[in-house]
Amino acid sequence: MSADSMVLLRRNVKHTVRNPVAVFNAVLFPVVLMVMFVYVLGGAFSVGERYIDYATPGMILMGISYGLSATALSVNTDMTKGIINRLRVMDVSRGAVLTGHVVVTVLRSLLAIGAIVGVAFALGFRPAAGLVDWLGVAGLVLAVGIALSWLTVALGLAAKSAETAGMLTVPLVMLPFLSSAVVPAEKMGPGVRQFAEYQPFTPIIETLRGLLAGTPSTGTALAALAWCVGIGLVGYVWALTTFRRRA
Amino acid sequence: MSDGAPNLVDVSTSAIAVSGLRKSFGDKKVLDGIDLDVPEGTIFSLLGPNGAGKTTTVNVLTTLTRADAGTVRVAGHDVTTDTRAVRAAIGVTGQFAAVDEMLTGRENLQLMADLRHVGGAAGRRLVTSLLDRFDLADAAGKPASTYSGGMRRKLDLAMTLVGDPRIIFLDEPTTGLDPRSRRTMWDIVRTLVADGVTIFLTTQYLDEADQLADRVAVLDRGRLVAEGTPADLKRRIPGSHVELRFADLADLDTAARVLPGAVRDDGDLTLRVPDAGGSAALRGLLDRLDEHSISAEEFAVRTPDLDDVFLALTGHPNAEVVAR
Repeated sequence: MSADSMVLLRRNVKHTVRNPVAVFNAVLFPVVLMVMFVYVLGGAFSVGERYIDYATPGMILMGISYGLSATALSVNTDMTKGIINRLRVMDVSRGAVLTGHVVVTVLRSLLAIGAIVGVAFALGFRPAAGLVDWLGVAGLVLAVGIALSWLTVALGLAAKSAETAGMLTVPLVMLPFLSSAVVPAEKMGPGVRQFAEYQPFTPIIETLRGLLAGTPSTGTALAALAWCVGIGLVGYVWALTTFRRRA
Repeated sequence: MSDGAPNLVDVSTSAIAVSGLRKSFGDKKVLDGIDLDVPEGTIFSLLGPNGAGKTTTVNVLTTLTRADAGTVRVAGHDVTTDTRAVRAAIGVTGQFAAVDEMLTGRENLQLMADLRHVGGAAGRRLVTSLLDRFDLADAAGKPASTYSGGMRRKLDLAMTLVGDPRIIFLDEPTTGLDPRSRRTMWDIVRTLVADGVTIFLTTQYLDEADQLADRVAVLDRGRLVAEGTPADLKRRIPGSHVELRFADLADLDTAARVLPGAVRDDGDLTLRVPDAGGSAALRGLLDRLDEHSISAEEFAVRTPDLDDVFLALTGHPNAEVVAR
């Protein structure tokens, strides 16, 4: 990373440290869901394995998606308050400005995921994953984090106001619920089931689930990676063109 | 830091030279053929209402927006072909204070110093001196979100000065400020010019242009409708006057007879008397009314504002509806 990227990353880290609500939200919600499903609704779901083991991969993904609205808001504030114009006039590269936001989003989500996995273990999560599987989990989480961060940065840049920016990330927060995160897709009603099977979060969660169970499947893993590359590229190109166009 | 050395190829002393500048957004013409020349070390003010095209002009001149046609040279460099050189020479303070609210005043300035590559002790010294100069030292450790509007503008301008730009663009620097903060901003702008900096300032306030600018251009619906010194401009607009409203036509008749040079409006029962200025002239006017035993129902002293300038220069009232 360039010197400017480091300067701007430091700035974004300060923002997170001074307003830790984003990390807190990203940890709290998946943990509450997990506790509720494991202890309250408990045996009502028959997913073919212990529920905590089934749910944790989805909660890991929610650790990413619940942190995104903060990024959209902060990128949008930079745009609407004139910070981005100030940086453009100073000849700070768009790469440095946007990379700072992406890196801090990924760091925040890793923090949230660390906490979520910790709580999962405390609740009885017992993955069968070996070291290589865990590395696979880390790699995929990183890829999803980077891809969704670029998409969120683009949404934040494109939104006309902070309210819109917040709204635009809602689908990213809702999508895990319409995937195999909480219950298997085949248990859903017609229509929803097909949607759940073919949307990006399902192969991503299934890949995480496979890796954590120690039984990774190459097919879903490739689909998951393809979605990450696709989402990431769209977000990246969209973010860069919006950055250049909007003054 | 930029040393502000003059461009050796460009022998003219224009800090900003604009010719035939045009810009449309969709089918909306925002700038329709602007020509400007701002000599080095002067304050130039672009005066106009909301939506006249002031911010678009600033955006084009500061490399943020690309013009559709025309040439723009800033600090001797073309804004489209030599963007980097232009950016190295200018500082911009936008219409809304672009400060990072989550950071303290000191951190905001340090951020600019880091991005301008004024590192280490030199950077810290620069930050401290700017905080002192702008009277922000006491609030330096507080987040900018706690600052008043005036303090934010000062911090914004201080951030712009990091890197020592030779040409500074100020887009409506005092809009929304209380009178005392406006005065402070004006004083700061004057000291900048005393150091040889060129200032391009946009404003909606006639008195601001009058107070600060060496030259003023009036922008209306994307065209310059007048340009000159503030004195030139004021000669072209109606001076201040006293407006009197009477109870009936008889009083209006009498008053119009005894006050030569007054303009009457029978429909409104008002009389506009050119103001000779000062309290003695005003007393004279009131005494004359008294001598003839007439009294005005309403009485107002009106000084020309931007609306009058617009009416005088364009023949139509200040239209707020034209898009930016």
